[in-house]
Amino acid sequence: MSDPVLSVQNLTTHFFTRAGVVKAVDGVSFDLARGEIMGLVGESGSGKTVTGFSLLGLVDLPGRIVEGSVKLNGTELTTLSSAELRARRGREISMIFQDPIATLNPLLTIGQQMRLAIGAHERLGKRAALARSAELLAQVGIPSAKERLEAYPHEFSGGMRQRVAIAIALLHRPAVLVADEPTTALDVSIQAQILLQMRTLAAETGTAMIWISHDLAVVSSLATKLAVMYAGKIVEQGPTAALLKAPRHPYTAGLIASLPAMATPGTPLTQIRGTTPSLLSLPPGCPFAPRCDRGSHACTQKPPLTLDGPRGWRCFHPVGHPAGALT
Amino acid sequence: MSAFLSIDNVSRLFGPKLSTGERIAARLGAKVETRSVRAVSEVTLNVRKGETLGLVGESGCGKSTLGRLIAGILPPSAGTVTIDGAPVMIRGKKVTTRVQTVFQDPFASLDPRMKVGETVAEGPIAHGLTTRANSKNYVAEWFERVGLDPVWVDRYPHQFSGGQRQRIAIARALAMQPDVLICDEPVASLDVSIQAQIINLFLELTKGLDLTCVFISHDLSVVQHVSDRVAVMYLGRIVELGPVAQVFGTPAHPYTAALFGSVPKLVLDADELVHFDTIEGEVPSPLSPPSGCYYHPRCPLASPQCRADAPPTTAVSDLRSVACYNSEQQLGQVSPQK
Repeated sequence: MSDPVLSVQNLTTHFFTRAGVVKAVDGVSFDLARGEIMGLVGESGSGKTVTGFSLLGLVDLPGRIVEGSVKLNGTELTTLSSAELRARRGREISMIFQDPIATLNPLLTIGQQMRLAIGAHERLGKRAALARSAELLAQVGIPSAKERLEAYPHEFSGGMRQRVAIAIALLHRPAVLVADEPTTALDVSIQAQILLQMRTLAAETGTAMIWISHDLAVVSSLATKLAVMYAGKIVEQGPTAALLKAPRHPYTAGLIASLPAMATPGTPLTQIRGTTPSLLSLPPGCPFAPRCDRGSHACTQKPPLTLDGPRGWRCFHPVGHPAGALT
Repeated sequence: MSAFLSIDNVSRLFGPKLSTGERIAARLGAKVETRSVRAVSEVTLNVRKGETLGLVGESGCGKSTLGRLIAGILPPSAGTVTIDGAPVMIRGKKVTTRVQTVFQDPFASLDPRMKVGETVAEGPIAHGLTTRANSKNYVAEWFERVGLDPVWVDRYPHQFSGGQRQRIAIARALAMQPDVLICDEPVASLDVSIQAQIINLFLELTKGLDLTCVFISHDLSVVQHVSDRVAVMYLGRIVELGPVAQVFGTPAHPYTAALFGSVPKLVLDADELVHFDTIEGEVPSPLSPPSGCYYHPRCPLASPQCRADAPPTTAVSDLRSVACYNSEQQLGQVSPQK
């Protein structure tokens, strides 16, 4: 494999609140190659969004990256000044969010906003900037793009607004795009259109993507590799097909088994007992242990990362693996 | 088929409330917004006792409005809803407690300043299902029924997780001893691992209490799992209705087929990325719906007839009906579901 465009090592982001230290992201590591799409899956509070924010240096106080490194094309991002970060944000790495209403300025036309985004990083004449904007809008599937540059955000539907947000994020052909649940608020038929388009865009432009979602089915239709987060840690990662076929971590296996599509209609679903733990008071060992059927005495220790080719997991008793035999 | 819950030709319009002056101005030809949205349009449905009817569609299709019409929260503009022959509403007022609702967001549906036990007891006390003196025991029973510890009745909503709150909301609805339960996206705001717990609870309770249910969701796999029959809505109209296995297996309406085709499915033994189909275009504005069949601008099977007249609802078989001129052609195609 060629050098990764993005290399994240032991990324750790904590929030220092009055109630205590919240370990939102706790030792996250992964690599991303050019044009690769990685799905980051987890439930609410698992730290997937804070991971995305940390990559772009967008974590605000009381949160702070306390440890680890984020290398983008070889440049360490965590030690950059805010001005240096700003010069890269939007140009080399950009982000799209769940709610496109909140990301677009309601008082400016789409064309004006796109010109501002271009102007933040390069000097380009008005005509050239508008031409590039129209080109990007067309690329993300907005019909009669040139005319639509004159329109305001409220004149677009939800799906179209999200396409505009994606077009703005891609204006500078960034090396990495972090997408935080961008299709969650959209209808399934619109979601399908956008997912297909993103697949094509990643292949055409070489932009690598991190697709954050709580929906396994959505990411598995898009990403070639998956990382599953639980309580601030990546508990399992690997190529999508292999991971879904034979999940190693009991949490991943439980998530897949609990989907209604996996059961005969009308029969009880396989459920994971209990609820997600509070990040303020995590159990000392494996955070999933209190909900896990495979837990043993060993699980009171922190499980180390076990590597197996392109796959990895943090579990003492991996499912369907010789090392996981329960004694 | 003996109908227990019957929804007879129900419509609901939402329009601007015009003052007398505006009405006169509009009559004289001034530019006043008088258009209204037909959120639910001439819907007729019959649900048997103990049956769960799934209601699916994209946002804005009117499925929640229909749920509120059935629950007696909104008065219909036309048509009637009856339970066992008795109307749910008379002159815009709800006159029965036999239908109750569980809403999507358990954070918004519980009063944050009321103890959860009081919230659950309020309705039953008001309607004489229990007495104030006995209400503690009554609520504790329902708490146990939905899998909550009865000692929690004196806590406030903020002390509970999302899944637990949804259990409280279910207890509140069931404590009214309804015959009909409307569930409006009850698991949409829950985490995946909690969803399964609530769905299991729902299945257990509807069977145990012989409840008749209308289950509204945009999540097709959830609806497929809990429903006996499913109704597919598009822009306020029901385009297809039938037993779950038949509708999901061999859709008779092109929209149903396209909707199912565009849902990303989790395929566990795929060696490559899963392919899924997409529907062209977007849902038209309900303020100015297209002529004829509302789906024709996006439909691959559209014919001139579809553009001219809205297709009537016709029976495909005993329990199935569809509103499409070309349903036979659609049924002849290979289904998108594996």
